[in-house]
Amino acid sequence: MELSGAEIVVQSLKDEGVEFVFGYPGGAVLHIYDAIFRQEDVRHVLVRHEQGATHAADGYSRSSGKPGVVLVTSGPGATNAVTGIATAHMDSIPMVIITGQVISPLIGTDAFQEVDTIGITRPCVKHNFLVKRVEDLAETMRKAFHIATSGRPGPVVVDIPKDITDPSVKIPYEYPKSIKMRSYSPVDKGHLGQIKKAVRMITEAKRPIVYSGGGTVLNDASAELTDLVRTLGLPVTQTLMGLGAFPATDKQNLGMLGMHGTYEANMAMHESDVLIAVGARFDDRVTGKIAQFCPQAKIIHIDIDPSSISKNVRVDVPIVGSVKSVLSDMLKVIHESGARPDPENLENWWERIEAWRGLHCLHYEQDGELIKPQYAVEVMNRVTHGDAFVTSDVGQHQMFAAQFYQFDKPRRWINSGGLGTMGFGLPSAMGVQFAHPDSMVACVTGEASILMCIQELATCKQYDLPIKILLLNNGYMGMVRQWQEMFYEGRYSHSYVDALPDFVELAESFGHVGMRVTDPGQLEDAMQEMFDRKNDLVFMDVAVDPEVNVYPMIEAGKGHHEMHLSPTRKSRGAA
Amino acid sequence: MRHIISILIENESGALSRVAGLFSARGYNIESLSVAPTEDPSLSRMTLVTTGNDNEVEQITKQLNKLVDVVKLVDLSGGEHIEREMMLIKVRAEKAMRDEMKSLSEIFRGKIIDVTENSYVIEMTGDSAKLDAFINAIADEHIVEVVRTGVSGIARGNKALTL
Repeated sequence: MELSGAEIVVQSLKDEGVEFVFGYPGGAVLHIYDAIFRQEDVRHVLVRHEQGATHAADGYSRSSGKPGVVLVTSGPGATNAVTGIATAHMDSIPMVIITGQVISPLIGTDAFQEVDTIGITRPCVKHNFLVKRVEDLAETMRKAFHIATSGRPGPVVVDIPKDITDPSVKIPYEYPKSIKMRSYSPVDKGHLGQIKKAVRMITEAKRPIVYSGGGTVLNDASAELTDLVRTLGLPVTQTLMGLGAFPATDKQNLGMLGMHGTYEANMAMHESDVLIAVGARFDDRVTGKIAQFCPQAKIIHIDIDPSSISKNVRVDVPIVGSVKSVLSDMLKVIHESGARPDPENLENWWERIEAWRGLHCLHYEQDGELIKPQYAVEVMNRVTHGDAFVTSDVGQHQMFAAQFYQFDKPRRWINSGGLGTMGFGLPSAMGVQFAHPDSMVACVTGEASILMCIQELATCKQYDLPIKILLLNNGYMGMVRQWQEMFYEGRYSHSYVDALPDFVELAESFGHVGMRVTDPGQLEDAMQEMFDRKNDLVFMDVAVDPEVNVYPMIEAGKGHHEMHLSPTRKSRGAA
Repeated sequence: MRHIISILIENESGALSRVAGLFSARGYNIESLSVAPTEDPSLSRMTLVTTGNDNEVEQITKQLNKLVDVVKLVDLSGGEHIEREMMLIKVRAEKAMRDEMKSLSEIFRGKIIDVTENSYVIEMTGDSAKLDAFINAIADEHIVEVVRTGVSGIARGNKALTL
């Protein structure tokens, strides 16, 4: 088969089994767009801004486990994609981003729409390639997918000068079946000696706790985690990125940990004697002050990325390997030996945990005339039976969604945890809906975040995506306002979003259904109506209490035992 | 503590900037860095001198290993090794100082490779401490220009960093 460079790009996507490419055309990628036009296997989704393309591909990947693919032009196309690439990089999402580049002879001449894409993206990709010869194109594409999806996943940029895709130059095409790279061979299996040591440590523990992160979700190791936790009767806490890997509604789940984690999760971390970290990276929002982090605990850390181990916190038993493989090996060892933690110790430990849980740290009162944002998320959870895919933007609404939506399955909770990218929610929901056309997809957002990628409402119309947008509208950048209230004596510097649009009319002008709810008594019916409209995108603007803060809260740089509880909880004797 | 890290890296364009970018992005120290192709033209060998405590250097080697282009690396400071650096130094050499510079250079086993009526260029090889010592032995006002290659290192004995 003889193909041009442009055709090779598209054919290699077919050979990778790619269903969707999220992109936006421009000069440097026109040959590729022409090749896309002349085939039907790879479906192109036209977004309204390149940031939207990257988030959509990201949401597609997070919810499906398959790599997300993006196609953008050179210069501003590439720079607009950078935020989305960095978002995917921080959360280890497999993506291949194809960027057009000016023709090879013009590189370095400050040509029209030229930027050094390789240089700009280098610090926020797993790897990137500049294709210099059309003969290298197929192999480079193969390598890009291989690198993006193996080991610790991540985004890979393939920068292709326009002359490489010249339709008049055809070369023989064969897609490499496998790829071997001497410089890149991630390990999968963990060291058995370390695994046995870890099992011994866990079964001898008095106060063990499992701390599971995004790696468990990304590696599809939810079943293994659940098996381990249930077999040994351990308490488990999950990071913002890890929610859903273990069922939220299970008794053994202590909820999220960290800055806005539950009292029971953070206290159990603080008092634990053996910590089993699974696919988590000891992020500062999780650990708080390192010197006070799990002061009594021996730490076991399972991670595919050796550089994550002992980066922030020194670890006693490091195990490098994929979460799925290491946990299955652990389970084998456990089943063979029959060893279990001492039941009496475990019972005492659970008694302490239940006492902390008895504080009901997430409690709030839905009183008065204003809708509480927590209530709105709880109502959504009820109406959708906890079975929706939920994306979010960044801020208070993100934390409320994480705290109050009950994620019982992995890959259902889609948010920008590492980079904290406002504008992520709507475009990522598009990607989720493309991956799961018959499922409920909801985007929980705030009035500041949603405006950052609002243009994608047009994309939703073009492709009939029936996303449900739950806007928790408090008129403020809520999380900024919360910090200003707590740490800047209420000086609300530029956190009030004046001159908001009428979101109902805005949604309708894009051809969608808009709703507004201000009365707590009407919320449940309205929510039901929203989700009953199976074929419509419904944009629900919910006026929520602007004074509500997210609790519990650990201030940056404080220990897990130094939580602020909500004012209604403070009197109950917490720290 | 000072560490000498030897790296085999794919000889691709941009490989150097990946290493340099890693150090600046993560705030690691970089004292010197020397790069050149090996006997296999598809591979470059880098010698990188850095400082940090054990944790920091462990992170540095892990992060370097994580770079897709890095094939192999070794921290030479962990074992017996040889380090060499070359220096070209231009010094003022006038009147009485001409003999003095010449004998000083001989003491340090340097070679005078360029002579004018008022200057010498001296070529000198050794570990970094020796080159530092030579520079310190000459009064500042006699030094015109100093060019150093940065450290190259290799393990002693049978140990080798090869594929």
